[in-house]
Amino acid sequence: MDFIPNTRLDEEELLKVVRASSIDELFEDIPEKIRLRRALELPPSLDENSLISHMEDIARDVKKGSAIFLGAGAYDHFIPTAVDHIISRSEFYTSYTPYQPELSQGTLQAMYEYQSAICELTALDVANASMYDGGSALAEAAKMAAEATGRKKILIPKSLHPSYRQVVDTYLAHMGYILQEIEYRDGVIDLELIEEKVDDDTACLLLQQPNFFGSLEDALGISEIVHRSGALLVACVNPISLGLLQPPGEYGADIAVGEGQPLGLHLNFGGPYLGFMACSQKLVRRLPGRIVGKTLDTAGKEGFVLTLQTREQHIRREKATSNICSNSSLCALAAVVYLSLVGKEGLREVATTSLQKAHYTASSLQKIGFERLFKAPFFNEFVMDSPIDPIKVNEVLLKEGIIGGLPLGRYYSELPNAMLFCVTEKRTKEEIDRLVRVLEGIL
Amino acid sequence: MRQPFIFELSSPGRRGASLPPCDVPEEKISDLIPEAMLRKSPPRLPEVSEVDAVRHFTRLSRKNYGVDIGFYPLGSCTMKYNPKVSERAASFQSFLDIHPYQDEETVQGALGLMYDLGKYLCEIAGVDDITFQPAAGAHGELTGLAMIKAYHSHRGDDRKKVLIPDSAHGTNPASAALCGYEVVKVPSNERGGVDIQALRDLTDNSIAALMLTNPNTLGLFEEDILEIAEIVHGNGGLLYYDGANANAILGFARPGDMGFDVVHFNLHKTFSTPHGGGGPGAGPVGVKKNLAPFLPAPTVEKKDGKYYLDDDRPLTIGKVSTFYGNFNVLVKAYTYIRALGAEGLKRVAEISVLNANYCMERLEEYYLLPYERRCMHEFVISANKQKRNGVKALDIAKRLMDFGFHPPTIYFPLIVQEALMIEPTETESKETLDAFIEAMINIAKEAEETPEEVLEAPHTTPLGRLDETLAARKPDLRWIPNE
Ligand SMILES: Cc1ncc(COP(=O)(O)O)c(C=O)c1O
Repeated sequence: MDFIPNTRLDEEELLKVVRASSIDELFEDIPEKIRLRRALELPPSLDENSLISHMEDIARDVKKGSAIFLGAGAYDHFIPTAVDHIISRSEFYTSYTPYQPELSQGTLQAMYEYQSAICELTALDVANASMYDGGSALAEAAKMAAEATGRKKILIPKSLHPSYRQVVDTYLAHMGYILQEIEYRDGVIDLELIEEKVDDDTACLLLQQPNFFGSLEDALGISEIVHRSGALLVACVNPISLGLLQPPGEYGADIAVGEGQPLGLHLNFGGPYLGFMACSQKLVRRLPGRIVGKTLDTAGKEGFVLTLQTREQHIRREKATSNICSNSSLCALAAVVYLSLVGKEGLREVATTSLQKAHYTASSLQKIGFERLFKAPFFNEFVMDSPIDPIKVNEVLLKEGIIGGLPLGRYYSELPNAMLFCVTEKRTKEEIDRLVRVLEGIL
Repeated sequence: MRQPFIFELSSPGRRGASLPPCDVPEEKISDLIPEAMLRKSPPRLPEVSEVDAVRHFTRLSRKNYGVDIGFYPLGSCTMKYNPKVSERAASFQSFLDIHPYQDEETVQGALGLMYDLGKYLCEIAGVDDITFQPAAGAHGELTGLAMIKAYHSHRGDDRKKVLIPDSAHGTNPASAALCGYEVVKVPSNERGGVDIQALRDLTDNSIAALMLTNPNTLGLFEEDILEIAEIVHGNGGLLYYDGANANAILGFARPGDMGFDVVHFNLHKTFSTPHGGGGPGAGPVGVKKNLAPFLPAPTVEKKDGKYYLDDDRPLTIGKVSTFYGNFNVLVKAYTYIRALGAEGLKRVAEISVLNANYCMERLEEYYLLPYERRCMHEFVISANKQKRNGVKALDIAKRLMDFGFHPPTIYFPLIVQEALMIEPTETESKETLDAFIEAMINIAKEAEETPEEVLEAPHTTPLGRLDETLAARKPDLRWIPNE
């Protein structure tokens, strides 16, 4: 099966017009030495019916849990049906970056609304039209802070998601920055250590709120220390939590980023996801990526365009604020549709229900011999010390169709028996009780 | 008609989603989280019903132009038709619901798909190993250059510069800068290719790599590629292949055989995954054996019939994505390759090149063709002829909208004045091409006879030309309620 409308007859006509005797003649600029004179070794083409069966076979080789208690950067929240319906409109998904605004007002207005929603969530002034994912958005934010301050040192708490730390490290390794880790104490950043490490060469601190352990950091306290020396605060936040928790703009964050996946995107084995990014007005010209702005057309009617493009690679080339070109536009669309459907009250409800269910789960697990490792308040994730090997715990749960928490030993050697559990509003009391019952049975 | 902002449709108390109830015993929120950490006032999100939201976004969608609506010859972007069967496979619930940290045992199907897709792409590119982490082409460039840097430093060879032709896409120099490299521009020759003598003069042992798109952004194949590779390799440098234009060479030639050491593909171009209004795409990067140790971790491997994620990669550059890349996009690319097979992919190259040559041949009489050569899958013309009457590439682009087409890429590559870069792709019929050609010929005539018709275009879109200067001078980047 191919998707080529031209027939052999058409082909002959076209060949006549281009005055070639064969298609091969059109490829004569390719030197003979590198012409592939054999067929590519690929499986034979499939008709549509066989292809669907084949894909179904692959899909069958994926085992679905009936209840997921795993989070750690990817969250199983409920997605209203209308979200997928809207992003499946091919006017949206078969278009590209809105270079030609007159044909792209749909995408452009939706992105303007998305930017507005992100500003509302984060309580910051401006937002861009999306980045690849949470990790890469954080890396770009760190770079942005370093360039804005002209300083070299970036403070990275160990309570920040280990993969995010690696992405930041990989992105920034080549630019001569100094990345310094900050230890945690009782599951949160040790403020005394920040006091010690912040100096007048510190560009920023990367604060995750809630942090990787699910614990709430003392954002206000940290913000105060960081700003005292003229450094910036970059907050990496869970957008659902902002229905309930103090937004970054209110504790003084200069840049807020995060993983937008909880806003209506499927788990999808890790992607595509959505990096969101917002900042204070004074940093707007340092933002990476696309930004949509409102303007007027020749008749004075309101419309939208890509704007502040002199920051971008297609104009500024090696001096651009970032190399990003394609982004996560359709995921941003999903996020703004999600936020519209759930709405002002609904977002708070999702956050509150997740919070309540997580706390119920934590205390139920505590009753059967799991111990909460850290005392700091938490949102919907928490770390438990397991009385038995976490790997074993998950094996037993999986037999019951439950996907358990993340064993932390491989990321934190000092926490060999720790498990990071996550509970969203989607988990029912019945599922939570079942989790607890199964675990009780093996203790 | 103006569509109000979704925020303006808001009415207090209205709801658009039915959410899971809280069926556990509730505690007082302030007992769980200290007051100071709570939000004082809610974000001003819309309060709308489901039908309000659905109508709003459906109406917005109608103000968009996509490949499903019509011809979209946006050069360098390969806006081919996106098969629906790929969408179907990618929407299987069991793919959508996989958590990235689920036990490997439970996701064998997904890992197997990635593993096999990796093998296919390596075969197509002529390389040995691959990473799926990059989310787009530019992300792939960053990843590839970081590997090149790691490769050199591992050998104790500190190289500072990257060579990039003056015809290259903006992401190339931007990615090189992000990797801490100094960018050295290589001029093009009169045939639109790399100027070999200049390349020789610029190449020494400070060069880490040359980045090249082949066919290049003029749609021309770099005939001297073997010599280019020899010059760069001869000085200890590596070759990076920007795969934006790989559609032209599928099954005809492989970057790995041309001498490239690192290759990215844009799955959203060549392998027909949709562009999503700007993304998400996927930019997997393939490498030759000598660079494989530096691939981002984890990679997908197979042992004793089981697939697994290999994190044990001591020389890895690290990670460029939080998880493993845009899996759902990979499902679509995999489906596409399985639909076409080797023969189908080769036919993609054949017909995309034939279609482009046909359009070029028929337009040559009316527009300036800066390089008189056969083209590959796309070609660049200049509006310099029309400019004598004040009609610029931008005007031609806007006028094309009135004929029902999406305009080509304009003002890129930078080395052609008033450039219009046209990529018809293989998924368009002769009739569609003819209609487009007719429109272009018409516009050329209008430029001579009634230039104001072109200068004032578009006439048929909901909005006229938009004031970009105003947008940049007085940035209005978000909705704020009137209070
Ligand atoms: C030649 C070329 N290189 C690189 C890119 C960047 O690819 P992406 O948008 O997937 O990051 C593009 C995209 O248009 C391109 O045309």
